[in-house]
Amino acid sequence: MSASMLLDIHALRQTFPRADGGELLVLDGIELQLGQGQIVGLLGRTGSGKSTLLRSIAGLMPPSAGTVTYLGQPVVAPAPGIAMVFQGFALFPWLTVLENVQLGLEALGLPDAEIRKRALAAIDLIGLDGYESAYPRELSGGMRQRVGFARALVVHPNILLMDEPFSALDVLTAETLRTDFLELWGDGKLPIKGVILVTHNIEEAVLMCDRILLFSSNPGRIIREIGVDLKRPRNRLDPRFRDLVEEIYVAMTARRPVPPKAGISAGAVATSIDTILPRISANLLSGFIETLAAEPYSGKADLPVIAELLHMEADDLFPVSDALQMLHLVEIEGGDIKITDTGKQFVEAGTDDRKKIFQRQLLSYVPLAAHIRRVLQERANHVAPKSRFFDELEDHMSTEDAEVTLRSVTAWGRYAEAFAYDDDSQTFSLENPT
Amino acid sequence: MRLNVPISVGGWGRFLSRWDVLAVLLILGLLVFLAEASRHLLQPLAELQKRPVSLDPANLPEYAARTTLRMLIAMTLSLLFTFTYATLAAKNKYAERLLVPLLDILQSVPILGFISITVVFFMALAPGRVLGAEFAAIFAIFTSQAWNMAFSFYQSLRTVPAELLEASRNFRLSPWMSFWRVDVSFAMPQLIWNMMLSMSGSWFFVVASEAISVGNTTITLPGVGSYIALAITQRDLTAVGYAIFTMAIVILIYDQILFRPLVAWADRFRFEQEPGVPPPRSWMLDVLRRSRLVDRLTLPFAKLWRRLLLARWPEHAEAAERAPRPRQHAWITLQWAAVVTALAAVALWQVAHFVTADIALADVTAALLLGLATLSRIVVLIALASVIWVPIGVWVGTRPHVANLVQPIAQFLAAFPANLLFPIVVSAIVALRLDPNIWLSPLMILGTQWYILFNVVAGAAAIPAELRAAAINFRVRGWLWWRRIALPAVLPYYVTGAITASGGSWNASIVAEVASWGDEHLRAYGLGAYIAEQTDAGDFHHIVLGIAVMSFFVVLINRIFWRPLYLYAERKFRLG
Repeated sequence: MSASMLLDIHALRQTFPRADGGELLVLDGIELQLGQGQIVGLLGRTGSGKSTLLRSIAGLMPPSAGTVTYLGQPVVAPAPGIAMVFQGFALFPWLTVLENVQLGLEALGLPDAEIRKRALAAIDLIGLDGYESAYPRELSGGMRQRVGFARALVVHPNILLMDEPFSALDVLTAETLRTDFLELWGDGKLPIKGVILVTHNIEEAVLMCDRILLFSSNPGRIIREIGVDLKRPRNRLDPRFRDLVEEIYVAMTARRPVPPKAGISAGAVATSIDTILPRISANLLSGFIETLAAEPYSGKADLPVIAELLHMEADDLFPVSDALQMLHLVEIEGGDIKITDTGKQFVEAGTDDRKKIFQRQLLSYVPLAAHIRRVLQERANHVAPKSRFFDELEDHMSTEDAEVTLRSVTAWGRYAEAFAYDDDSQTFSLENPT
Repeated sequence: MRLNVPISVGGWGRFLSRWDVLAVLLILGLLVFLAEASRHLLQPLAELQKRPVSLDPANLPEYAARTTLRMLIAMTLSLLFTFTYATLAAKNKYAERLLVPLLDILQSVPILGFISITVVFFMALAPGRVLGAEFAAIFAIFTSQAWNMAFSFYQSLRTVPAELLEASRNFRLSPWMSFWRVDVSFAMPQLIWNMMLSMSGSWFFVVASEAISVGNTTITLPGVGSYIALAITQRDLTAVGYAIFTMAIVILIYDQILFRPLVAWADRFRFEQEPGVPPPRSWMLDVLRRSRLVDRLTLPFAKLWRRLLLARWPEHAEAAERAPRPRQHAWITLQWAAVVTALAAVALWQVAHFVTADIALADVTAALLLGLATLSRIVVLIALASVIWVPIGVWVGTRPHVANLVQPIAQFLAAFPANLLFPIVVSAIVALRLDPNIWLSPLMILGTQWYILFNVVAGAAAIPAELRAAAINFRVRGWLWWRRIALPAVLPYYVTGAITASGGSWNASIVAEVASWGDEHLRAYGLGAYIAEQTDAGDFHHIVLGIAVMSFFVVLINRIFWRPLYLYAERKFRLG
């Protein structure tokens, strides 16, 4: 390992115990090196395990297999010199700004005078002057995250870990904070040597990172590494910037090679009962496809362009486009989203016909929905408890995913009037209330 | 750069401000009180007989001081218990499996039945000395305070936001520091609320624990409780009045100088940061905060506390919380199961030995029947209390200014020991030749019904203004409004209150099913009366039987009725 190497991750694998005693694979075969002076971005959808990887690096969650080496030492517990900035800020509401910033130094057991000096310097650096005695509840989101940054920087870490640090902020505040951070980083004013940034925001990754690692979902694997050699400060309107964004969109929506299964026509997105369904309402799906069908897109759009127009980040957009693609209402190819013939019929139909089309697509292409419907039809009283399907799903996915998937299919089934669900008795049935 | 100085550095014009004077007075008063009250603790028991409790109201300030001291010592012990027991339960998943159910059962054990047993134990520890009896009384008060505090702390520890825990580990806080800075801080508001409830609830037990008679031994510790007991024996109505007045004063005092400041101070620990709610205030806290003298006096302690907090314990071997490997995990589980089984076996053998020595199957059947009688009383009483207090609670809760007025009164009434009403109730029953089986019953719910009111008021106050506005807009009124809006919205709160009320009523039955006023003794058919009589007779085997049967009933009702109802109400009707 070269001297300038801060962090080296080799063959990392992370599994969680599953309800049925098996193991759920979250991360697999992760290789990552962080050199001096680099910002590396981890970019992926929800469920790609990127936050889990960050926690492994922080020593909060030791890997199931493989190694995390920091400055030549294996990381098995929180290491000095690796500090983290959290998505939800993780400030202690009962401590003032100053006390929050001092916390990490107090844990180091430094003398009081030194603690004070360094804390005030960090507060100064990050632009929190005058807020020292404020409690976090008195601050806006942007100021709170500044405290989060000051608290991490004050311990002079070698590596700064950032877990979607801007995603809880509004667009303008996030941009200000990003710019301020990059400025300090560019001027070499930050006492850090390397940064790992977890994000689901494609533009943010291109704006900030020297290297971007793209993650696949379930399990999380690194599918691609993209170097960003644009000069800083970067301009979002620069054609090379736009090209990179487009390239990442294409890579992230590319179909993964899946062996064709019986009953699924070639070229379709392969889904089976164990596919995790995103929690997207039928209303959102209708709204999106209507926008796509209308001017100026007329049925075909560039994903980054429509995302920007609808103010959707990649993480909001992909589940919608995935769901529509799964239902064969759109096709996605090379970063473009295109409405299908069925999709057109759907947009043009009235409420009742829309439901009929939706039901047909749902029962044809979402195996779980078809499965529930079949079970209900086979039973004499046409009633089945939720737990019957829940247990089945839990054999293939985590409890939370099973819960989300079942909720999604319930919502879609209700809209399509394919089956009914009664929350009091926790049962599915074919009866609709009359 | 503006500096934030931790001590006040204002002008030094006057050495003492009036805030300082007030603060000195208060603190001196507290010191004197502590010194005076604890002076008599280490005296032989004979001393007690020489200076028996008298009904002279001039003694009441001293009695009140002693009683309060007992309650405060018990509160300190309860806090210690809470910090250790609940922390162990929350942090160690092996311990958790045993400790949580244990606490659940402990909560259901009728403390009043328990006192006679612990008295003997503590008297044996310090024979012939007041200290033994004091310990016993303090322990009884402790058992009435500790469980709900420990439970609330455990639940808080379980809900500390994951990101805060990760942050504290990421910044490598020592476990000791993270316990105070994260866990205790997060739990603080809930804990203080439960301390207040505990303090109210323990008055009921003070009366019972200061004047204890087990068999032929009667132990009377000077205090408000024994004063009340004596007043009842001597049929002195004026003295009962004095006692009530004293209680009211004491409750007012510790509310103003202890709990208000605590609540106001703990406001910073609130995690949810709802805007628009004015923060609680306390004049006492203002005095303490504004006084420079207090600042200077407490500075050394503040520094010491900071040192203690930052203490570097022998470098904790930052053991990564690596999940134990399956085989290792199975091994630990097996060991743990073995230990628990062994403990259970020993306990079972002990109990069996204890009970079979003197107890026939007929006794058990009789106790169960008595339990059913008490159960039916409680069911009827809770139903009655609900019919009365739910509508009133909703009415109060939807009017904030009324709620502010009613809450302190209800809190005082909750602390009101049932014994104080004996004179009226017993005289009425005797004079009107009423059936004690029916007319003694209301005493059981006297102190506990208020929990229904508290909770319903809180629930009604929590109905979002938008929902109320919608109801008005759609002209939802009368019965429809109650059925569709008010009752569903307060149900989760009501259930919480009713659980507390029903549990407390079982306990109270031990005092309420037998009542006396001078020579008049009344008795109802029930398990509470059974335990009380066995205590008087000093028959330990049957006391244990009575307690066991009562705990059994409480746990059973909780598990088959309250818990499912609570889960249902939480799932279906919890707003937001």
